Amino acid sequence: MTASSKSRLIDEMRMQSGQDPSCCFQCAKCSAACPVTAAMDLLPHQVIRYLQLGLEEDLAKSKTPWICASCFTCAARCPRDLDLARMMEGIRLVMLRRRDGNKFGPADLTPEQLKKLPQQALVSGFRKYNK
Amino acid sequence: MPRTGVFICHCGTNIAGTVDIEKTVKASRSFPGVVHADDYRYLCSEMGQDIIKNAIKDNNLDRVVVGTCSPRMHEQTFRKAASEAGLNPYMVEVANIREHCSWVHRNMDEATPKAVALVRAAAAKAALNDPLEAPAIEVEKRALVIGGGIAGIQTALDIAEAGYVVDLVEREPSIGGRMAQLEKTFPTLDCSACILTPKMVEAAQHPNINLITYSEVEEVKGFVGQFDVKIRQKARSIDPVKCTGCGICYEKCPAKAPSEFEMGRAKRKAIYVPFPQAVPNIPVIDRENCLYFKKGRCQICAKECPPQAVDYEQQDEILERRYGVIVVATGFDQLDPSIYGEYGYGQHPDILTGLEFERLFNASGPTAGKVVRLSDGKPPKKVVFIQCVGSRDKARGMNYCSKICCMYTAKQALLLKEKLPDAKSYVFYIDVRTAGKGYEEFQRRAAEEYDVAYLRGQVGKIFPENDYLVVRGVDSLSGKTIEINADMVVLAAAAIARSDATELGRIVGINSDSYKFFNEAHPKLKPVETHTAGIFIAGACQAPKDIPDTVAQAGAAAVKAIGLLSKELLKGEACTAEVNQAECSGCLYCEAVCPYNAINPVEIEERYHGGTLQRTVAEVNPSLCQGCGSCTVICRSGSINLRGFTNEQILAEVDAICLQR
Amino acid sequence: MSTALNETKANWEPLIVAFCCTWCSYAGGDLAGTSRMSYPSNVKVIRVPCSGRMNPMFVLRAFQRGADGVLVAGCHPGDCHYTTGNYHGRRRLSAFKKLVEFAGFEPERFEVRWISSSEGDKFAEEMETITEKIKALGPNRKMRDARWQSVT
Repeated sequence: MTASSKSRLIDEMRMQSGQDPSCCFQCAKCSAACPVTAAMDLLPHQVIRYLQLGLEEDLAKSKTPWICASCFTCAARCPRDLDLARMMEGIRLVMLRRRDGNKFGPADLTPEQLKKLPQQALVSGFRKYNK
Repeated sequence: MPRTGVFICHCGTNIAGTVDIEKTVKASRSFPGVVHADDYRYLCSEMGQDIIKNAIKDNNLDRVVVGTCSPRMHEQTFRKAASEAGLNPYMVEVANIREHCSWVHRNMDEATPKAVALVRAAAAKAALNDPLEAPAIEVEKRALVIGGGIAGIQTALDIAEAGYVVDLVEREPSIGGRMAQLEKTFPTLDCSACILTPKMVEAAQHPNINLITYSEVEEVKGFVGQFDVKIRQKARSIDPVKCTGCGICYEKCPAKAPSEFEMGRAKRKAIYVPFPQAVPNIPVIDRENCLYFKKGRCQICAKECPPQAVDYEQQDEILERRYGVIVVATGFDQLDPSIYGEYGYGQHPDILTGLEFERLFNASGPTAGKVVRLSDGKPPKKVVFIQCVGSRDKARGMNYCSKICCMYTAKQALLLKEKLPDAKSYVFYIDVRTAGKGYEEFQRRAAEEYDVAYLRGQVGKIFPENDYLVVRGVDSLSGKTIEINADMVVLAAAAIARSDATELGRIVGINSDSYKFFNEAHPKLKPVETHTAGIFIAGACQAPKDIPDTVAQAGAAAVKAIGLLSKELLKGEACTAEVNQAECSGCLYCEAVCPYNAINPVEIEERYHGGTLQRTVAEVNPSLCQGCGSCTVICRSGSINLRGFTNEQILAEVDAICLQR
Repeated sequence: MSTALNETKANWEPLIVAFCCTWCSYAGGDLAGTSRMSYPSNVKVIRVPCSGRMNPMFVLRAFQRGADGVLVAGCHPGDCHYTTGNYHGRRRLSAFKKLVEFAGFEPERFEVRWISSSEGDKFAEEMETITEKIKALGPNRKMRDARWQSVT
């Protein structure tokens, strides 16, 4: 895996979480320690593997990022110093922003709203939902 | 006027890839004193050296600058070439345009001007070079080996066989080290004691080997050929000459302490030998735990000892000896896995490290060779082995692979099946690494013929329930989570450097890497040398290793040591300090800062207003001086200079480098 | 002062002279090379046997000749190949740094670092850091001798 993958999801996830999946060597300690694997369709270490392989669409279908409870056990146990809980959060953020082809631009707002809303909120909203 | 020849090496594409050779050569021709400049694809090759030699003769060169790799690589090569062409070898200067230039810069526009500047600096320095002569040093034909494990024993035997006297210093009461703690050795299942004890005895009986056990090296001074060493021989409280090793004293001793040899899993007496095959077979009184030393009563051992060998008055002794070479072979420790809360090590008696589990197989171990649970003495039905506990873990442990765990785990699982045919072993692993002769076959045997279940994954939690340990893990290949009710858990704890390795390194004068393992001089080509001439390393103090590698390295270190010891005289340091006694004011600050006691006051007579005047001035002994240059800076009258690194030469380099401004 | 001295050229690049002890830092520099790390080419290394060999005179000369930064790198305290050389170096050079400041010259232009032979990555990082720092400081105008001829 190089610094920039072919997958937009993964690049965004990386930006959100500051984590680089390429340093994982698949020891599966995260899956061994995770308290909610019973409800997952992909185990935590498999999520990282999918990230490494750039299997964006399969990840998008997976329930696992939504089952993750952010208890940070995986992060505490990881021998490679990876914070998988943050990566899961990064995946969730990316998914949420894309849900139903989320797109959002100045045209979606009335002139009223454009006047009232704080500038910063507008700019960051456009930035988030125009990927 | 100097006549300097400059030679630029392409090093294939290593240098030529990012340094414009043609430009560099052209620029070199304009440097002051340069009368000849040339380049070649591989200067260090025979052909390349011939080019230099011929140029020296054809152009009547009196100094040479080579723009090549680091002087730490090939300075000697080019000095030798120059001296074969009739030049003094110290008339050669190296400009490091590979490691410090072409390899660290990515494009020609950056690397080429820098290479030119570096060659210019070397030429400026070379213009001021003087012919130098290395003094001869007498070699003390005696070797010191620190550490009496298999590495130290093998090194000592090899040096002793070559006819040189060896002192083998061991901190513990007996030699043997880690290998003595093992039951069997992979991949042949040789009994460890059976192959080690003959070597221990051979070392003890060899006329050229002096065992100095229960002792530590306290101070090392001097340099290759003449190391002056202080060894503290701790008081054994036993007269070694009288003692017959009958063992009555430790039979009768009432005081107990945890046994270091049994990794604390069994007790020993306060007067003890660490294990039955100990060499020398002379007990030691552990004064921390002895009732007589603690409370002033008891003395049972002294009363019971038939030859009256117990001596409570014995004091530590300091041995002061001189050695030509030193070999450090101080071995390794095991990481304490209690930093991994999820494994529960230290909270339950049936969770052991690999080395502790090994002792259970041993007839003189904590359980007299029965593999049983330490909690209730029952033989285990299910044993879980966990790999990489602290290895390959940059978050909480060590970032490296400990190299031996995969193999000893396979060995222990196999031995367990031999001892307890009903027992079942599970191994949680990340990767199985079996690079070694017969290693892969051995591990496959464990998996295929001995029913050892290999699970590719890790363990998340271990907790006691009823009378077993619940091991919760995952098999990453099937994606299944696994729960095993185990009777015992064995943790393959990382092999780590000894906690006091850095301290010993400082005493001896060698440095360590970031994991505290001793640094070799070159990771590939000088694996047993250190950066300090005359000091070598062997065994697991350099990096985790198995026994075959350790023995091989011990032999290599011995050969290097013998090579030095076989010389009558060594070439010393040519770049030494010299005093201009006419200017020296005799303050002797230099004497105070010299780490080698190489500077002494001398009386000189000077003509003074028609009479003579007696003055004290400093004088450097060139065979003691190692050329650090501390004295040159402390000198208030500026009358000391360092040959080969004179003030003028360094300033000339500064000027040449700053010429781009 | 000539005007030329007061102008910062648009493409100005700092010159940094690094004095490295043979046994640790120079070897660390070699390791940085062997490991193919990269750092700015503004740094040029001069090899000295030990940081205890470092006479403040060498540093002053570099500044007079127009170096914008000077770095002295030696073994970590306690690891000196010559046992005590870097202790002397450390004391001497930290006193000297104070004097540099006292003389009205920017003390940030002069740095001392401990880099071992196994710290190739640290070597590259330090070279990167000091180059960035000197870039931010701008050219050395105070100590430079205008009569020193420049050759590009």
